[in-house]
Amino acid sequence: MSNEEKGQWVYLVVFAVTYGAYLVIILGQLGQTAPADIDYIPVMLGAIGIGIVLAIVGRIVVGIAGGIAAEMAGQDDGQDADVRDRDIGRFGEYVAGTVLGVGMIVPFVLTLAASDYFWIANAMYLAFVLSAVVGAAVKVVTYRRGF
Amino acid sequence: MPKPTRVTNQIRRLRFEHDEMTQAELAQRIGVTRQTIIAIEGGRYSPSLEMAFQIANAFDVTLDDVFRYESPEGATT
Repeated sequence: MSNEEKGQWVYLVVFAVTYGAYLVIILGQLGQTAPADIDYIPVMLGAIGIGIVLAIVGRIVVGIAGGIAAEMAGQDDGQDADVRDRDIGRFGEYVAGTVLGVGMIVPFVLTLAASDYFWIANAMYLAFVLSAVVGAAVKVVTYRRGF
Repeated sequence: MPKPTRVTNQIRRLRFEHDEMTQAELAQRIGVTRQTIIAIEGGRYSPSLEMAFQIANAFDVTLDDVFRYESPEGATT
């Protein structure tokens, strides 16, 4: 497994887990508090921030670990992205962009309907997460199945 | 399950015939990762025309000796 593929696994897991944690916290309050009264902003910004930091740190760790493993094995391959990685990356980003574009229809409609900020922000966050997760998943599947 | 491709290749045989060249050595010669050679060899990635020529050059053979395309009609080119 190349470092690029491992990196996509990191993105997939990190964004799914941080969004899952966000959902658990917010859904726990949704049953007891009205959506307009839920203090979701710090939790959402925290989840986004932690997700970004974990993704960066995870990617760095994967890169360092891959470099050490290659050094120990006496190989110099599998470290730098090549043309296949870039092809797969472009395909994944194309799918992710499509998901984001379609996903943004929901917050757009909610905005036109003058819905509560809570629902608009959450619909946007969900669209971003879906885009990131689907993009990473498509890349992982493409690495496995072929391209 | 590997994605079916109509492009077949003889890379494995050619590596064997060239002093059992490893996938890592071939990858280093054409400037890609070993994973890319594995994917091409297994029919899971169709290389660009330029990379296909690089692979043929690495074995000092023509493109036809490395890659074949089986058209849907059954003809092989």
